[in-house]
Amino acid sequence: MVAGSPGAAGYRAGDDDLEGFAVPGRGRGLLDVLERRYLLKLLVRKELRVRYQGSFLGLLWSYVKPAVQFCVFYFALGVFLRQGDAIQDYAVYLFSGIVVINFFSETFGNATRSVVGNAPLVKKIYLPRELFPVSSAWVAAVHFLPQLVILLIGTLVSGWRPTPAQLLGGVLGFVTIALLAVGLGLFFGAVNVLFRDFENIVDLMLLVVTWTSPVLYQWSQVQQQVPGWLWEVYQLNPVTTAVELFHFAFWFGATEQGPGLPVATLPPHVLWYGLLGLAVSLVVLAVGQFTFRRLEGRFAQEL
Amino acid sequence: MAASTGTRSTVRVEGVSKVFHLRHDRSLKQLAMSAVRGKDLGNTFSALDDVSLRVHEGEAVALLGLNGSGKSTLLKLISGVMSPDSGRVLVRGRIAGLIEVGAGFHPDLTGRENVYLNAAILGMDEATTARRFDDIVAFSEIERFIDTEVKFYSSGMFLRLAFAVAVHTDPEIFLIDEILAVGDAPFQQKCLARVRELRDEGRTLVIVSHDLDMVEKLCERGVVLERGRLVADEDIHSAVGRLRT
Repeated sequence: MVAGSPGAAGYRAGDDDLEGFAVPGRGRGLLDVLERRYLLKLLVRKELRVRYQGSFLGLLWSYVKPAVQFCVFYFALGVFLRQGDAIQDYAVYLFSGIVVINFFSETFGNATRSVVGNAPLVKKIYLPRELFPVSSAWVAAVHFLPQLVILLIGTLVSGWRPTPAQLLGGVLGFVTIALLAVGLGLFFGAVNVLFRDFENIVDLMLLVVTWTSPVLYQWSQVQQQVPGWLWEVYQLNPVTTAVELFHFAFWFGATEQGPGLPVATLPPHVLWYGLLGLAVSLVVLAVGQFTFRRLEGRFAQEL
Repeated sequence: MAASTGTRSTVRVEGVSKVFHLRHDRSLKQLAMSAVRGKDLGNTFSALDDVSLRVHEGEAVALLGLNGSGKSTLLKLISGVMSPDSGRVLVRGRIAGLIEVGAGFHPDLTGRENVYLNAAILGMDEATTARRFDDIVAFSEIERFIDTEVKFYSSGMFLRLAFAVAVHTDPEIFLIDEILAVGDAPFQQKCLARVRELRDEGRTLVIVSHDLDMVEKLCERGVVLERGRLVADEDIHSAVGRLRT
């Protein structure tokens, strides 16, 4: 045994066998998250517990916020600006879009802050850091659920008779928006570690996102105003496809066609564009994961 | 020290260097400003310089050195929290970093919830944690407060619980950073006994500490770092002797 010679420190004959060795801290990204579902569950539970600690209304707050938001939009746009006259069942139309935007905004916003917010853990213990953005999405999904229940009640009251295709469209819409939000969250969550400016940039993006998709108004109002290529871009936005798929799932089935009624139409090829939107989301997720992994090695020293 | 000759290594550090950029600019604006002015974006600091090291099963190694010598950085590289700029680190088996125990603890959760969360962070599954829960609590000696939120704990209670969780996980490699200064003397004795037990079970221990008497009793081998360079890798008594002078 060689002592005191740095180059061969601790070397023993016959241990050049590298079998079973791994590089610490180099995981398999989102695949590791799948493997550590139990830890993910505990992180989500912690987040929810901590969020409503010492709050009297607790999880009820996730009803109050969308309710206020809905009322503001409903009266300002539906009544005063008379969108309600142009779009049938405007309340259901509006709310189907709002729940998508809320889920997206909460996931994307919190995921962006999640790595910096968990700095003590990131700096001291290695665990797949993708867990943090993904747990943001799960927390947002817990808040999404009661909103979905209210949406279902509203649309049933309006005479909702969904077809299997429409229900499938709803699932497609949710998957699209979840993948997009996690993908963007991975990207901006990683970049935000290096430059905290990105929190604010994301806030700006979230301010705009409600208006760049047909949530408050109808798709045809955009198509009439913009050139053809821009209309294509507008339609390929995964947020737009998810919103339209939610309209398809929860609003369209409650509307009626008939003389004297406001028209109720969906943009052409809503399912086809839904699949294209899903493809865009998958690309965003891949780019997000790639960027996250590139920057991950620098997290501990930058925080 | 030749007792375990022939056992395989579990930690290999091969020609590892790590440079820190002391960057103070944090926002894009500041970054753009300094780019325009041609200002150097902070100086660099070499935390580790071409360090090589192997640690084997059942071996307890102390990393010794003055503050800023790179001990903690080396421990972070082994745990995977940081990655080296050059060279490579390889480990065999699961690692539990006791680098600042309690890093995964949340003040708003109860002791019980924190035990489960922290055990999961250290890689234990639900069934194993449930099975060992009583042992963990018994070890920490805070049975009465286990369902109290951790923010009401004294710092001693907090560290006891965190330490108890860490030593009840089942890793092959333990990285210990200056945590045996936990609690009062009897509890320290208990921690040391537990750490010895882990070593005798054939686990690898890498310990950073300034408590020279303690490491002398616990480890058989000492690695001395000086400003990022490995200056000695020898019998613990000689290594400790270097720092005592």
